[in-house]
Amino acid sequence: MNFLKRFCRNRGAVLGLVILLAVVAFALLAPTLFPQSPWRPVGRPFLAPFTMERFPLGTDTLGRNLASGLVHGARVSLMIGVVSTLVALLIGVPLGAAAGYAGGFVDDALMRFTEFFQTIPSFALAIVLVAILQPQLGSIVLAIGVVSWPPVARLVRGEVLSLKSREYVQAAVTIGQSTPRIIFSQVLPNTIAPIIVMGSLMIGSAILLESALSFLGLGDPNLMSWGYMVGAGRTRLLDAWWISFFPGFAIFLTVLALNLAGEGLNDALNPRLARGRE
Amino acid sequence: MNLLQFLSGRLVKGVLVLFAIAVLNFFLIRAAPGDPAQVLAGEAGAADAQLLEQLRERFGLNEPLLTQLWIYIKGYMTFDLGFSYRQQQPVLTLVLDRLPATLLLTGAAFVISLALGVVMGALAARRVGSWSDSLITALSLVFYATPLFWIALMSQIVFSLKFGLVPNVGYETIGANYTGLARALDIGHHLILPAMTLGLFFTALYARMMRASMLEVAGADFVKTARAKGLSPGIVSRRHVARNAILPVVTLAGLQAGQLVGGAVLTETVFAWPGIGRLMFDALLQRDYSVLLGVFFMSSAMVVGFNIITDLVYRIADPRIEAAS
Repeated sequence: MNFLKRFCRNRGAVLGLVILLAVVAFALLAPTLFPQSPWRPVGRPFLAPFTMERFPLGTDTLGRNLASGLVHGARVSLMIGVVSTLVALLIGVPLGAAAGYAGGFVDDALMRFTEFFQTIPSFALAIVLVAILQPQLGSIVLAIGVVSWPPVARLVRGEVLSLKSREYVQAAVTIGQSTPRIIFSQVLPNTIAPIIVMGSLMIGSAILLESALSFLGLGDPNLMSWGYMVGAGRTRLLDAWWISFFPGFAIFLTVLALNLAGEGLNDALNPRLARGRE
Repeated sequence: MNLLQFLSGRLVKGVLVLFAIAVLNFFLIRAAPGDPAQVLAGEAGAADAQLLEQLRERFGLNEPLLTQLWIYIKGYMTFDLGFSYRQQQPVLTLVLDRLPATLLLTGAAFVISLALGVVMGALAARRVGSWSDSLITALSLVFYATPLFWIALMSQIVFSLKFGLVPNVGYETIGANYTGLARALDIGHHLILPAMTLGLFFTALYARMMRASMLEVAGADFVKTARAKGLSPGIVSRRHVARNAILPVVTLAGLQAGQLVGGAVLTETVFAWPGIGRLMFDALLQRDYSVLLGVFFMSSAMVVGFNIITDLVYRIADPRIEAAS
């Protein structure tokens, strides 16, 4: 109850959530709304938007239905956004927890490792990874996860550092609980709130990253994605602006909604921080 | 710790990072499907047997893995980033040819976004909750969520294809043969749109950071003192608050250098800007892995160099940092 109230006090967050729910609904309904493959040409190429009821957003250079591509693309974007964020969390949380809890040499080594990944240009690394492992769903998710985990590790490390000196952790040590048990049952549950907030904001960046990769031609060739659609319209910008415009706008709206909702989540989960923030 | 010690420490660290990237590249080549020799030739299945044999010989691909690694690293240490059999040129030559254009683009985007972001953030922080604050906060939210390649295409439609204010693509007017100042102006004219679009995301980032930082500093004791002794709010905000608030923003900006280079790949692709980002895109189309990895290495080197320069400038600008370290 309290959580909902605090979330709803942030009007931007509510707006973000509404947009997000709409995108999710479209993604779920994609096979019902447009049962045909979005790759199939279904009409004359270059039909302008808002002129024909069958093609509300027009058709692209090959006569494919843009609305269908958009709705099917929503599935891909959301799925890759969520799964690759989970991959980043799976790498970042254990590393951060180990560094923070162990301290000393382990901490030093893990933090140098994290710094290394923060120094190298992440987008360039993602390009190289996907190109070398061949563009497929798996390699794209992996590449985005691999370049996105360092902030998670740093966050978790900081949280764990401050938690491990608390009395209840000391008490768990005293009664002889094993280190893994302490980490999993005493320390990590208390880091969940900030991890959720960071994770929700990371989904947006993961979607941006995925769209940029598929714009460059590094998308999974079997999956219709927004970035690919923007790229496909590149050659006919002036006379068929809508081919690139709509998918890009969909990316923008989705990421904006995710960021707004993420900030609301932050207000709701960290009420102490919310007032002092910014 | 004096400046020289600090600098050599940072250089050693930078070299270690680049060494690690060379090792990473080595394993990436082996992670690709197929024979490493074919990966190096850049054309899976199509390269002739003689070339493949040559490559195996040169990179010791029939030797044990550690020997192969040693040969590979030795190449990097002598500035040999491999050879592009597609373009019949050493990768290093290709990259160095394109590097100035990328430095110009990223440098311009960096300066524009830092200047705009700092001014916007400072304006927003001056009156929290005012309409200008809301507008700037909303704008930075919007910029933050905009896909770079999309806004690049859209601004291309509006500013060059529709209204013809700036050139559509390219680095300079082909065939004009400008020299001296005229050439510089021509390049500048081509630079405006790519640099602005590349800088957009970072402007949003720095504006938000500057706003938060200004508000934090505004609560400090020395600001209260300045107000109490009767200085005007404008002077307090400019001389006391903004000057101190800018430091964390510059730190953040330095750390973002890698992102800037990544964004350059997209910007250069859209605007046909002849930098290493465009080189990377072309290599991608041709599956020219040697060039791809070479650009990755060079862009990392660029970021490492940039970080060292930021740290250095920072230490010289703010003596407190030396005292703290």
